[in-house]
Amino acid sequence: MSSAVVSTSAALGRPFVFDGKAVPEVSLPAEPTEGRPPQRVRPSLSGATADPRLAHVTPASQLDIRPAPEMVSSGISALDALTGGLPRGCLTEICGPASSGRTTLLLAALAAATQRGEFCAVVDASDALDPQSAAASGVELDRLLWVRCSENSPPKSRAKQECPISRASLAREACPELVEWVGTSSQVAFDFERTNSRQSEHCLEQVLRATDLLLESGGFGLIVLDLGDLPQQAARRIPLTTWFRFRRAVENKPTILLAIEQHPIAGSCSSLLLQLGSVDELATERRKNAAHGANRGLAVREEAPEGRKKINLPAQPEFDFPCPPHAQLFTGLDITAELIRSRLDRKPTRSVIFETKAAWAG
Amino acid sequence: MPFACIYVPNFPVAAALRAEPELQARPVAILEGKPPLEKTIAVNEKAARMGIAPGMTKAQAELCPKLALRLRSPLQESAAHAALLDCAQSFSPCVEDAACDTALLDLAGMESLLGPLPAISRAIYNRATALGLAANIAIASNPDAAVLAARGFPGVTVIPAGEEAEQLGPLPTEVLFANRLEDAPKEDEQKKAAARLLETLDRWGIRNLRGLAALPAVSLSERLGQAGLRLQQLARGTASRTLVPVEAPPVFEEAVELEHPIVLLEPLAFLLNRLLEQICARLGSRALATQELRLTLGLENLTSSNQQSAINNQQFVRTLRLPLPMLDSKVFLKLLQLDLNAHPPGAPIMKIHLAAEPARPRSAQGGLFLPPSPEPEKLELTLARIAGMVGENKVGALELLDTHHPDGFRMRRFVAEVARKTPQKKSPDSAAATAAITALRRFRPPLRADVILENDQPVRVACPKKKDVQGDVLWKAGPWRASGDWWEREAWSRDEWDLALRNGDAVSFYRLVHDLLGGWFVEGTYD
Repeated sequence: MSSAVVSTSAALGRPFVFDGKAVPEVSLPAEPTEGRPPQRVRPSLSGATADPRLAHVTPASQLDIRPAPEMVSSGISALDALTGGLPRGCLTEICGPASSGRTTLLLAALAAATQRGEFCAVVDASDALDPQSAAASGVELDRLLWVRCSENSPPKSRAKQECPISRASLAREACPELVEWVGTSSQVAFDFERTNSRQSEHCLEQVLRATDLLLESGGFGLIVLDLGDLPQQAARRIPLTTWFRFRRAVENKPTILLAIEQHPIAGSCSSLLLQLGSVDELATERRKNAAHGANRGLAVREEAPEGRKKINLPAQPEFDFPCPPHAQLFTGLDITAELIRSRLDRKPTRSVIFETKAAWAG
Repeated sequence: MPFACIYVPNFPVAAALRAEPELQARPVAILEGKPPLEKTIAVNEKAARMGIAPGMTKAQAELCPKLALRLRSPLQESAAHAALLDCAQSFSPCVEDAACDTALLDLAGMESLLGPLPAISRAIYNRATALGLAANIAIASNPDAAVLAARGFPGVTVIPAGEEAEQLGPLPTEVLFANRLEDAPKEDEQKKAAARLLETLDRWGIRNLRGLAALPAVSLSERLGQAGLRLQQLARGTASRTLVPVEAPPVFEEAVELEHPIVLLEPLAFLLNRLLEQICARLGSRALATQELRLTLGLENLTSSNQQSAINNQQFVRTLRLPLPMLDSKVFLKLLQLDLNAHPPGAPIMKIHLAAEPARPRSAQGGLFLPPSPEPEKLELTLARIAGMVGENKVGALELLDTHHPDGFRMRRFVAEVARKTPQKKSPDSAAATAAITALRRFRPPLRADVILENDQPVRVACPKKKDVQGDVLWKAGPWRASGDWWEREAWSRDEWDLALRNGDAVSFYRLVHDLLGGWFVEGTYD
């Protein structure tokens, strides 16, 4: 689908252009009567073509046609079949809730881009990228620039700080059945939300500025704006002008700008909008049953995956599930991708389902 | 065999003007000595016209209100001398360091490379000007004639072979003794001997080299000995000698000492810009670039009256390491500004010293069909700006560590030049058959979770800090035990569960971790 660029001339004295002929808008000489503006009249076509000032004006029918953007592979063949790939020089939005396959698609696109020899950048609003998953997906880490914009600084000692030992946890450790629900007063909750909101704003500001700088720098084949964990209220605060600026900055460049979010927020600035979701609840049940497949005649791995040891629990009580959890394995997700909008394709909404597999699923 | 001489007249003033180009429009005098006994040792032409002469005391010189007085700076002079040698070495590999203000270079064979001698002399003059030196250039068929012409004639002088005596004739006889009179200490024997010879010639009525060249050699030898004959050979332009070539060490340093301390970073940027331009010009003249810039700021001594503690000889050092050799003073300035904004010096600045580690310029072969890559200079600026926003250790490339720790990685510098691998062509069938890898989306730090257990298995999970992550466990797999680093202080041991949680209508998959040293955490979501 291509579109023609048409310019209009509304200023006084500028010509109106029709196919093949230009008609200037001219002013009559000033009337002798004072206080009246000069009257504008449109002369006949025969007289207009003789005006040498119109020689440089290009008729609308001869204007250049905006070329269709180059499409490159997203790394997932089912998606490529649905959308034709990801368009260069355009903004692409991929939205969906948690566990809908957004990050899987992001890593697949990164892997495809880095394997093409391009340099990529991820502006990570929530510091959520998992290096092991990226490496397993085939991303060449040397070619990936990761900007971590989260407010939380990485702990120096993970064993000590990521898993702090508190009295409550020790108590839970001593008595596993004991459940402690944290009771917070309304004031504490209010302060916590306000602090979160402030952090989100600060983080969002960092993300947008970093994206601006990377787009300005140029030379990247794929720039990913990962807003997947950003609260919806914070994401909605991004002004539409920012998306217009991004779209303009990436235009005419061989860069793909990919935004990952929970809900579409860029409006008409995005050339491609994909809505992801895990397969509906029934399908989830199927997934769940597939994981129990030992009893249902489906394939399941009885042995523990590499790097994981099976634990012999002292006493196996009754389960609601047909087989114990240590005999089950998470093998992947079924993802539904729905093409909501594409500037290049005006066909009705379509969708595709594709499977992903866990790194240990073989 | 032609030789060229680059001579910088009034060297102390030239060194000061090179460091402060805005002084060129003003009368300038250079002081030397311990306060309050400083005396002027050099003045520029404007100061001389106003009656300031070398040897005047500071109090006398200060009577002239527009006069700019500067203390002699060995750092500035050594930098100017290094720039002079750089200029000479950019034209010829055979360079003699004749004096601090004089460099001689052998131009044999250079005409076929650089053009005729007048063009070479103009090129040398332009290069010296670009390096901030107002130099006299002279080319002659022997080194001494070139030195005399450079000391005697301003601007560019080219003496054709055989016309040395005629061209040098109008020069005063003082030119012959200039180096001995200027460089030697006051009570030196050489200086006294030179003064005696000059006085003798003056008594004979010999005022210029033409007169000295016309004297009969035998009579001159009878009266002045071999020294007189040597002087006559110099005056005739027939003395010949071989150059003593030196190889200038690849040291690129510039420094400036300030009379008044600088408190703000903005005025510091102006000075840094000047130093960087000089260093880049010197590196460029030697066809080099730099990969490391070392900025040393001498800070003012601070004395805290409350704590009665004094910080003496405080130095603030910042090193800017670049991933690739670069030669762009604007980029360097911006990088230094960003670095100083992030790490400001804690006291007023009295002295600035900038050193560059030379490196060969990068050679990159572009290609029409290669994928685009960021320009290294632009990328470095972008990364510095982003690092200023998000923190230094939060931007870069990933490097996986050789560990089984689930989040074992470290950040390293992102470089836009990676050895290109041969792309592996996959057949369409295999690409279609390969499913995407389910990615984990991490929570950093992991979310502490409250877990309801039944029969040692989680049945409900809730994260107080993230309301979205809570719900009944629909499906679970695990536990998978992992442990490591037990031989170190940061040992870790944990059980992992893969869970499907129902939160309202939505079902999400999470990785739940039971840290055997701590509590329950949701580490991430499968997305």
